[in-house]
Amino acid sequence: MRAMVYRGPYKVRVEDKDVPAVEHPNDAIVRVTLAAICGSDLHLYHGLMPDTRIGHTFGHEFIGVVEQVGSSVEDLQVGDRVMVPFNISCGSCWFCARGLYSNCHNVNPNATAVGGIYGYSHTTGGYDGGQAQYVRVPFADVGPVRIPDWMHDEDAVLLTDAAATGYFGAQLGDIVEGDTVVVLGAGPVGLIAAQSSWLMGAGRVIVVDHLQERLAKARSMAYAETLDYDEYDDIVVELKKQTDFLGADVVIDAVGAEADGNLLQHVAGAKLKLQGGSPVALNWAIDGVRKGGTVSVVGAYGPIPNAVKFGDALNKGLTLRMNQTPVKRQWPRMFEHVRNGHLTPREMVTHRFPLEHVAEAYHVFSAKLDGCIKPLILPDAA
Amino acid sequence: MTDPDIPSAYVRDKRTPPPTREELRARIPGWGADLDPADRPSHPKLQYPADTGAHWDFPERQPERQPRERSVEHAFVTPVFGTAQPLRGLSGVVRRFAYERFSEGRLAHWVLLVAGDRIDAWGSHLRSFATLRPDVPATGVRGELAHGGLRSRRGRSDARHHLIDPVVVAGPWVAGAAVTYTGVRRVVRALRR
Ligand SMILES: NC(=O)c1ccc[n+]([C@@H]2O[C@H](COP(=O)([O-])OP(=O)(O)OC[C@H]3O[C@@H](n4cnc5c(N)ncnc54)[C@H](O)[C@@H]3O)[C@@H](O)[C@H]2O)c1
Ligand SMILES: [Zn+2]
Ligand SMILES: [Zn+2]
Repeated sequence: MRAMVYRGPYKVRVEDKDVPAVEHPNDAIVRVTLAAICGSDLHLYHGLMPDTRIGHTFGHEFIGVVEQVGSSVEDLQVGDRVMVPFNISCGSCWFCARGLYSNCHNVNPNATAVGGIYGYSHTTGGYDGGQAQYVRVPFADVGPVRIPDWMHDEDAVLLTDAAATGYFGAQLGDIVEGDTVVVLGAGPVGLIAAQSSWLMGAGRVIVVDHLQERLAKARSMAYAETLDYDEYDDIVVELKKQTDFLGADVVIDAVGAEADGNLLQHVAGAKLKLQGGSPVALNWAIDGVRKGGTVSVVGAYGPIPNAVKFGDALNKGLTLRMNQTPVKRQWPRMFEHVRNGHLTPREMVTHRFPLEHVAEAYHVFSAKLDGCIKPLILPDAA
Repeated sequence: MTDPDIPSAYVRDKRTPPPTREELRARIPGWGADLDPADRPSHPKLQYPADTGAHWDFPERQPERQPRERSVEHAFVTPVFGTAQPLRGLSGVVRRFAYERFSEGRLAHWVLLVAGDRIDAWGSHLRSFATLRPDVPATGVRGELAHGGLRSRRGRSDARHHLIDPVVVAGPWVAGAAVTYTGVRRVVRALRR
């Protein structure tokens, strides 16, 4: 089969690989029909995630058709069209039993601090991912869901992570009616977080980024006010002015380890890898939220310590909430919202690349060229 | 009444009340559909799902065909694990040491894993030079032409950081090439003498 392969920081290509095999009785093998590149993949692509091995196939956002099932699989059948949450989870450990599907203890021998994720380095379990023609899907009775007939494939693939994470980010903000919500980052995660904040009763939603196409998208698809942080000497002061010097009730960090906006932090974190990513956005969140407010962190950070302003978080009495998204827990409600048009994930898709052009796709998405917001990968297209 | 010029933060209530429900519903599709915090999918944080799909108390164990590295914070190798890219070579030795010797709580664990990554990458680059598909410092740069590299960056503050990329990415390659060149020249000179 053809598969995207990591060759080192800033280097990916397509190679021939063996089609994955059933290795556990509850495995399924899925033929991928549509995949996507996530902002999280950029952390791997830039070499920020420890134990990312040469030859690894990335990809944790994918949908496809069940090609083969292991002997203990009861629910799925060959030929089913499925969407697969990015979390690998057993459904039975202490954590899964309490709904923490993103924190499963039975699927990642390499670390206890993070669960299992498809195509996301050995630090999350060493599973090859879905930017390929086939992928091994463990615990086929727990994760995958048959795609509803009415659902568009491009919505389905985005629901496997980016959209679910945006919605989850808004939930972690514990928004109450009338709250002023600031979303840092107008990528796919931030855009859906902005849409979702309204569903949860926000009175005002402000999205911060510096890429014009993305800010325009935040206005058109999420009815948000927008701030271009490049236009301000100090965006935190602007956030205070915007909120009558209170600060926002809720700030959602939808940026994570690639954060820009402060040259020193960016270079130390994202470029030279001296810390587990650049915490610029997280620090803006801590400074920009009001005392007693909530910071929701869905932007991803590496396991190496970061220069985070923890003292300010303490002194302000903040609530910090965060996690990898337990995707499947979000789905039933999100399906309704997508069906009603309250959430519109596929509006964010700007580019569709054949798998053979995956290197170009990574470069364009990473450097944010050509107004790219969300690139999809088509494994079958030649 | 206090002076209306004094901002909200210094008085009891927000000076500008949020728009009414009617205004928001008229402007934003679905506004307030998830208004009740107790009726949101991830509330409460710990919540027993009715049925996760699991039909086992503890999953059957996937066969371990070769010794699988694991965090020392785990009681054992988890019943299911990835089998992609098993440890090998010098990078494998370094990575295995990181796993066996240091918990996830120790910086050394992660620093060694990062060192393993760089050894793995450089070993692979060197091996690739002997194949028909040698590695290059960065892939996909064709996208610069096809997808408007210059046009897309106009006026963007991160463009100056993009200037750093070639230095960080290609720097080691240039240095490597220079060292190789001087080395080869020395050997050639030595042989000529
Ligand atoms: N928690 C989870 O389960 C989960 C799931 C998916 C993605 N993520 C993470 O969410 C983050 C966003 O993902 P994405 O796909 O939207 O990525 P993306 O790269 O497309 O978007 C990030 C955006 O942040 C902007 N940005 C950079 N620095 C900023 C700053 N200081 N302030 C405001 N904006 C800034 C960038 O211009 C970009 O538009 C990533 O860190 C990703 O790893 C987490
Ligand atoms: Zn992701
Ligand atoms: Zn579990």
